[in-house]
Amino acid sequence: MYNTFIFIYFAIQSSLHMSTEKYLNDISEIKSLMTKSSRFISLSGISGIIAGIYALIGAGYAYWLVHSFSYGTLMLDGKVFRLVLLDLLIVLVLSVGTSIFLTTKRANKNKESYWNTTTKNLLASFLIPLVAGGLYILIILSQGKYGQSGGLMLIFYGLALYNASKHTLGYIKYLGLIEISLGLTSAFFPGLGFWFWVIGFGFMHIIYGILMYYKYERK
Amino acid sequence: MKNIILNINKTLDHRIRLGIMSVLMVNDYADFKTLKELLGCTDGNLASHAKALEKEEFITVEKQFIGRKPNTRYLATPLGKEEFKKHINALEKLIKNT
Repeated sequence: MYNTFIFIYFAIQSSLHMSTEKYLNDISEIKSLMTKSSRFISLSGISGIIAGIYALIGAGYAYWLVHSFSYGTLMLDGKVFRLVLLDLLIVLVLSVGTSIFLTTKRANKNKESYWNTTTKNLLASFLIPLVAGGLYILIILSQGKYGQSGGLMLIFYGLALYNASKHTLGYIKYLGLIEISLGLTSAFFPGLGFWFWVIGFGFMHIIYGILMYYKYERK
Repeated sequence: MKNIILNINKTLDHRIRLGIMSVLMVNDYADFKTLKELLGCTDGNLASHAKALEKEEFITVEKQFIGRKPNTRYLATPLGKEEFKKHINALEKLIKNT
């Protein structure tokens, strides 16, 4: 009699235990589905580091161009200026290309799809402020007002990051805020735009990349 | 304790149905293919569970054509969202009590 009682007691206990386990699993699966379906795991840290390095090389090249061929000042209609613009464009294309390559590679490795509603939303939120800003900068450059372009690039880039961050995990939001504040600060120092650009696009990406790498990728 | 169990929703007490609702809670809509990939289940499996949720009016189904391809998208109804929240709260209480 006593044995039967103990047996029943354990049966109840274990079934209770099992259902708790099932519900715990349910909850953790709900959480993972919610994030997986609406958030894009932020770009790989390495692509951040590489983008930063491209930016530094590009900036170094621009610095060298300006200092050895136009005596430290930029003439808007000069050949040097066009080379600097081309240099910036190459940096942009290489950074975007590398991060797309690394991100798709990682998604393939983890068997995740990378072209879904989340990434579409992410790209739209990122590109709209960025393209608007880029066009605006090109327009004012064509009018000869190029003193603030470094700061403006930082501000628009920061806004684009901040806007896109609602679709990402990680700390893109803070990177965006930092870029915006660097851009605003640089507006106070018109002559130093170049150096703010170097900090924002070069060093910030590298620091961000390293942080992300250590937090999410190193295993 | 009895109250909690009353709030455990029979319709939602299944992995795939719960999964569909979780995705639809945080997205405005999701199409068939996306849901299938996220949940890792077969076409027929997903279709029948989606049907069950539709019958309870937890989700609505929109069928349309994108170009020539038929596209099915699912949306959570306010009732579905409400029931999902109740269900989750009940689950959490159950887990805390044991």
